[in-house]
Amino acid sequence: MFSNYIFYFLSALALYSAVMVLLSKKPIHSVLYLTLTFFAIGGHYILLNAQFLAIVHIIVYAGAIMVLFLFTVMLLNLNKDERSPKPIWVKAAAIIAGVMLGLVLIAVFRGYDLHLEQHPMESQIGLVKELGRVLYKDYMLPFEVSSILFLTAMVGAVLLGKKEQL
Amino acid sequence: MNALNSIPISYYLMFCSMLFCIGVIGVLIKRNALVILMSVELMINSINLLLAAFSAYSNDPAGQIFVFFIMVVAAAEVAIGLAIIVLIYKTTHSIDIDVLNKLKW
Repeated sequence: MFSNYIFYFLSALALYSAVMVLLSKKPIHSVLYLTLTFFAIGGHYILLNAQFLAIVHIIVYAGAIMVLFLFTVMLLNLNKDERSPKPIWVKAAAIIAGVMLGLVLIAVFRGYDLHLEQHPMESQIGLVKELGRVLYKDYMLPFEVSSILFLTAMVGAVLLGKKEQL
Repeated sequence: MNALNSIPISYYLMFCSMLFCIGVIGVLIKRNALVILMSVELMINSINLLLAAFSAYSNDPAGQIFVFFIMVVAAAEVAIGLAIIVLIYKTTHSIDIDVLNKLKW
């Protein structure tokens, strides 16, 4: 199937650029590889027929969050190597621990399967119309609370970024 | 073009587990606070993709609504986190997390 190859390609791209985020010496290369990972995950959303999430993901992550990271890296002139990388045994221990966690997760999830209740081609749940209906009907209160959270985050960011001392 | 016919959900589980573990390794091995924040973003994204996959497979829109709310919280978290990193850089002229042992006392 054609979509299988797209899935494998997007997964390989996301994993490769996620590894390169860690292997890059300079923070700005990490940011750019992270953007590539986000675009690959956006492709996964489109593959899942979650079109609203794909658009929101591209706008929020590749548009807003990456610009914030890039501004921080460029304005603070942080684009240099780490001064004192961690000792090699700490890195080895961390990598072994992470790989062990991955093996345990994969061993747990191996063979799990979900039986589909409805033919997926007829599924419309990822579209804006259906998601908007659910969001404004069943999840009205969390939506309003998240707007208050955004306002608080904005006030906090402005307060932290002010010039004079608090 | 729909992936649900041919790809089992366990493939998504494997892929998201690997992405999550890469994020965990990044938090553990890096000293730059900015890269640590990026690794946290990687972990959040793997969880988001898994929620969306389960939502699409079980035909329930609630999972995708949850992904939406997680994105909202992640955006707020990044804004505050980067403001704190800028503030730390102003006071210590470094974002090395090993320099940040001044909070102990």
